[in-house]
Amino acid sequence: MNTSSAAIEAVAIGKDFGSFTALDDISMTINPGEFVTLLGPSGSGKTTFLMILSGFEQATRGSLLIDGMDRTLSPAEARGFGMVFQGYALFPHMTVEENIAFPLKVQKRSAAQIKSRVAEMIELVGLAGHGHKKPTGLSGGQQQRVALARALAYEPPVLLLDEPFSALDKNLRGQMQEEMRRIHARMGTTFVFVTHDQSEALALSSRIAIFNHGRLQQIATPTEVYERPANRFVAEFLGEINVMPASFTSGMAQVGGISLPLPGPAEGATHLAVRPEKMTLLTGADATAMPCKVTDRIYMGATSRLLLESTTDATPLVLDQPTADLPDGVQPGRQIWVRWAPTDSLIF
Amino acid sequence: MSRTLLIAPLLLFLGVTYLVPLAGVLLQSVTVPEPGLQNYQEVLGDPLVWSVIWRTLRICLFVTVLATVLAYPLTMLWVRGRRPVQIVVELCIMIPFWLSVLSRTFGWLSMLSNRGLLNTWLKDLGIIDMSLTMVRNDFGVIVGMVHFLIPFAVFPLASAMRNMDERVLMAARGIGASRFRVFWQIFVPMTWGGIMGAALLVFVFSIGFYVVPTLLGGGRSVMIAELIYLRIFQIPDWGIAAALSALIMVAVGGFLVTIIRRTGVGSQ
Repeated sequence: MNTSSAAIEAVAIGKDFGSFTALDDISMTINPGEFVTLLGPSGSGKTTFLMILSGFEQATRGSLLIDGMDRTLSPAEARGFGMVFQGYALFPHMTVEENIAFPLKVQKRSAAQIKSRVAEMIELVGLAGHGHKKPTGLSGGQQQRVALARALAYEPPVLLLDEPFSALDKNLRGQMQEEMRRIHARMGTTFVFVTHDQSEALALSSRIAIFNHGRLQQIATPTEVYERPANRFVAEFLGEINVMPASFTSGMAQVGGISLPLPGPAEGATHLAVRPEKMTLLTGADATAMPCKVTDRIYMGATSRLLLESTTDATPLVLDQPTADLPDGVQPGRQIWVRWAPTDSLIF
Repeated sequence: MSRTLLIAPLLLFLGVTYLVPLAGVLLQSVTVPEPGLQNYQEVLGDPLVWSVIWRTLRICLFVTVLATVLAYPLTMLWVRGRRPVQIVVELCIMIPFWLSVLSRTFGWLSMLSNRGLLNTWLKDLGIIDMSLTMVRNDFGVIVGMVHFLIPFAVFPLASAMRNMDERVLMAARGIGASRFRVFWQIFVPMTWGGIMGAALLVFVFSIGFYVVPTLLGGGRSVMIAELIYLRIFQIPDWGIAAALSALIMVAVGGFLVTIIRRTGVGSQ
């Protein structure tokens, strides 16, 4: 359906607002047709980076190459990227059709072309029958679809999305995410998506770029950032993780009173971390399992969450288990043991 | 119940100072000098009255369009300009707004009259030989009225521009629309409510203008308010004056209701 999709290369991008450094030394390459998510807590610089990609903000340092051409200083008008704003930013005085037709009129396409393209886009985002309504007559999810259709109608090489689902409720959000995956697969456009919702990032992206304090922490596939986080911030920002103080000696880690083989080098490291779902619960003593005391048991439906405390150094731990597999006897005060594969250890 | 009690003094005040005299005027229009509708008959059958009504309408429409159009860029500078520009524009709007209409009109008189500042300067510069006639005609009246009414057009426009979502403009720019297109196809339509509000306010105010047409029109460019004044204090014919007042009130009221229904101004 779409032929043009651009590659973006950011080289050591920095952005200052007065004396405040919003972004520092951001380098990344986004390949044509990729779906890259910029993820981070608020104030991490992810939106500022998106604004620099769009051309609405200019970088203070560094350069931005689009398909190999230096576009660091070109304004938004000249880049021609599609953009979906937080709050949709639809033209309130135009109908759905007129909103979607606007970029096509800007490009001076013929009336017949505009008509068929608008119809095609309305079909694509599932808004058939709503074409003559004004945005105020639509629900949040429908307005979001119009914004998406408007941004994609003129086949921009890149689509930038600034927290597009933040105003939608949870169910609608899931539905829109599916829709987004489908549209991305069909259009083949390069998508750059900003969110602070980690599950959204994991579900949608081909790669995730994680920002904190204006710096890029890691950019990798969802599996890699989750399974092999580059640092403790990334590990803790994505999902739950148990971080335990540990000491390291030639190939072995001492943690919570047990000794485990190390998965890799551990120079200067002070902590060992394990995702809760990688841990298994034992009700009997085992030399390779960490002794813990149950402090609380929380029923969450299909799973139950155990809050634990290491017997040796009182480090708090979290362990999620399928409720059906959890013995009734595992109650607060009870001594248990947790075990994990040494290869699941993360060292920070 | 308690709410009604709390605003009762206001209602009472309005009733005594506004509704009672209004009722008096309406009553006079059908009772002075004798009961009947002959005052209305006379007013509507008088070609002089009609010529004044047409002039009033013509001037007021012209003033409305001019004041709204001039106020628009001014408001853009005030709301969206850089800080120093904003301050200068704000002073230019607020200072005349606080001055009395009388002193402002006399100011224009000394500026525009045959031996006024403007004519003197133009002669000194050798641009003209004979004084230009800029007062005692429609031109002077329009200048004075537009100047007085611009701030009234600015406020509704400013509120429309301040409420605008900046991201909508960014969306249009990002699509690649030129500044010209963004302004005419996005910015102006989004302030349409403000434009209608401004025009309506200016028009309604301008109909009742007395001081400016009297001083700058100099008795030659008579508008409806001055005509009513003449019928009260110079002829004097209270019945005719009351009928004229009632007709204007009904006409302006009807016009307002129609426009508000049609455009939905003020319903947001």
